[in-house]
Amino acid sequence: MKVALFVPCYIDQFYPNVAIATLELLEKLGCEVVYPLNQTCCGQPMANSGFEHLSKDCDNNFVDNFKGFDYIVSPSGSCTLHIKQHLHGADNQASTHIRQHIYELSEFLTDVLKVEKLEAKFPHRVGLHQSCHGQRGLKLAQMSELVAEPFSKTERLLNMVEGLSIVTLDRKDECCGFGGTFCVLEEAISVKMGKDRITDHTKHEAEFIVGSDVSCLMHMEGIMKRQGSSMKVKHIAEILNSPLTPRGGI
Amino acid sequence: MKTFIDHATASTVFNKDEAHVNWHDETLWFVRSKRDKAVFQIPEWEQLREAGSQIKNHVLSNMHDYLVAFEKKATENGITIHWAADAKEHNEIVYKIIADTAPQPPEGELKSDSKTPPLGVGGLRMVKSKSMLTEECHLNEFLKEKGVEVIDSDLGERIVQMREEPPSHIVLPAIHLKKSDVGETFHKHLGTEKGATDPQYLTEAARQHLRDTFLTRKVALTGVNFAIAETGGFVVCTNEGNADMGVHLADVHIACMGFEKIIPKVEHLGVFLRLLARSATGQPITTFSSHFHKPREGQKMHIVIVDNGRTKQLGRPDFRNSLKCIRCAACLNTCPVYRRSGGHSYHTAIAGPIGSILAPNLDMAQNADLPFASTLCGSCSNVCPVKIDIHDQLYKWRQVLVQEGHVPTVKKLGIQSMASVLSSPIFYRTAGKLGRFLMKNTPFVTNNNLNVWYQQRDMPDVPKESFREWFIREKGKK
Ligand code: SF4
Repeated sequence: MKVALFVPCYIDQFYPNVAIATLELLEKLGCEVVYPLNQTCCGQPMANSGFEHLSKDCDNNFVDNFKGFDYIVSPSGSCTLHIKQHLHGADNQASTHIRQHIYELSEFLTDVLKVEKLEAKFPHRVGLHQSCHGQRGLKLAQMSELVAEPFSKTERLLNMVEGLSIVTLDRKDECCGFGGTFCVLEEAISVKMGKDRITDHTKHEAEFIVGSDVSCLMHMEGIMKRQGSSMKVKHIAEILNSPLTPRGGI
Repeated sequence: MKTFIDHATASTVFNKDEAHVNWHDETLWFVRSKRDKAVFQIPEWEQLREAGSQIKNHVLSNMHDYLVAFEKKATENGITIHWAADAKEHNEIVYKIIADTAPQPPEGELKSDSKTPPLGVGGLRMVKSKSMLTEECHLNEFLKEKGVEVIDSDLGERIVQMREEPPSHIVLPAIHLKKSDVGETFHKHLGTEKGATDPQYLTEAARQHLRDTFLTRKVALTGVNFAIAETGGFVVCTNEGNADMGVHLADVHIACMGFEKIIPKVEHLGVFLRLLARSATGQPITTFSSHFHKPREGQKMHIVIVDNGRTKQLGRPDFRNSLKCIRCAACLNTCPVYRRSGGHSYHTAIAGPIGSILAPNLDMAQNADLPFASTLCGSCSNVCPVKIDIHDQLYKWRQVLVQEGHVPTVKKLGIQSMASVLSSPIFYRTAGKLGRFLMKNTPFVTNNNLNVWYQQRDMPDVPKESFREWFIREKGKK
């Protein structure tokens, strides 16, 4: 199975380990992974700020890089959702194909690879921050507002990891306040939301905040570092890819 | 005109008192949790929402016919119908009804030289229960200038009215205040003991004060929750019974409604009354759901049907379904931004997510900041009992506001350069490398007060290479 890896810009620049873990994990699970070298960004930062019309070149570049693959996988719910909803390159057919074949990592593992077990170990208490775009946009998990049976693709995968336990948060799907350019345009609220989200995790003695969107994690990590918190953030790819025998500490 | 402070600035001020923000957030979260408990008891909740949504969609597509049918029936029932194109016309109609009802022509008594006449002279007095429409139209200010004394009979609204503040929430108007604030206000206006904070004591004082109002006012104004085309009747929902108290004791009942309040049939109340209170407060139904059909003997009844921008919104394909709103406030209670910024930061009669998609329709320049006061988390759309795609509309308003030139130039330039960086692979890689180089070697460039991110958050650690660089090094070898 030929899979193209889409690494969002801030992961590429600031969290390369997340992309490396995603790549290794997919390869471990038998995928042939291609990383198109001229990729940049999904265009979301512009579009969410009201400048969708400026993201045309970005869209075309995306299509040039990702056309013709069976699947495109990305370790970000938010960027995946944006492509799914808003990618409109000049090449219509290719754009449509991409929109229909792009998957967020845990979605891909669950729905396409149908992963039932994983060889991974992460003996820690973690809190799951199910980012809004992944959850409410991609429907990776049941939303607390809707009357329906609970499920969570991400949680199901995490439960396959040896030694890991998931704490129960007071507000299971409250937004962390990152919100793209919101994080600087509405700095006061953004930070307050982040602090409250972190408090929910510390209150339940989580050692890690785990999520499928690096942008949210980066925001909360920034606040935690400033607070001098001992809690850390981890992307699910790093956990699902963590070896049974550690390679030398986390 | 009030001076205009944008949402981000007002929120920064609100967040100076973190303990109060926590209280505000937790109180509204408690209401959201009550809503969750109530709706999870109804297995068919999602179907009920779908039904509510479909009925409202149908009404929006047949608005003209239903309004005409409603007018006909209501008129047959002896109700006088007035049509108001905008807020000004609405206010003038209401004033005229009050003036016509006043025992003596007010002119005789208005000899005072001061610009604003004394309130209530010549019987120019009215008691009013909750109506967000009259807030939208700034009716109280208008009537005050005309010398009409208006007393709001909803407890929360009465409190903010005494403080000369607008409501901060469409269902819980005084939710931004602490008990001590209310105590102080009552001390000043109702003569309660200084420093009193006991809710029982304060409520009793308000009750006595309002009782006197109910007994002496000849004109009572109410809002309308649902107007039924089939019967020409309407329903007003309250928890305090204040709407009924007002109108039962008055000679004239004025009911004001935005035209979107119309529903086709009585049986549809079986959907909306179930949706409304559960979504609003987690109650199965409001304590009072009062049905009005015709004036009682000797009473006059008026309905003012208001457009005030609604036709325009109905004509915007992307935003028309915001008119499905039944004003339950569930989207405010669930909104993580609203809970932490308070209603006044939205500088518009209707705060929160729904207010942010309604307000730009009325004035884009004034409300351009509101669609940006959201992380687009989507919780609002999920709780909305009539399934308005609120967060998608926030996104769409952003596009419209930018296209229409309502976003400050600085931001525009920043986004434009971002767009050119991110659409060019080579430019992007150079910029990324440069950015990481600067962050690592000259942290003061990014770690300073001009960098808004850094004020309360650290920057991410800088890796020595990007993923792409790692990939080429590792995999390029093969
Ligand atoms: S938009 Fe929906 S949730 Fe918000 S107040 Fe209106 S009906 Fe209620």
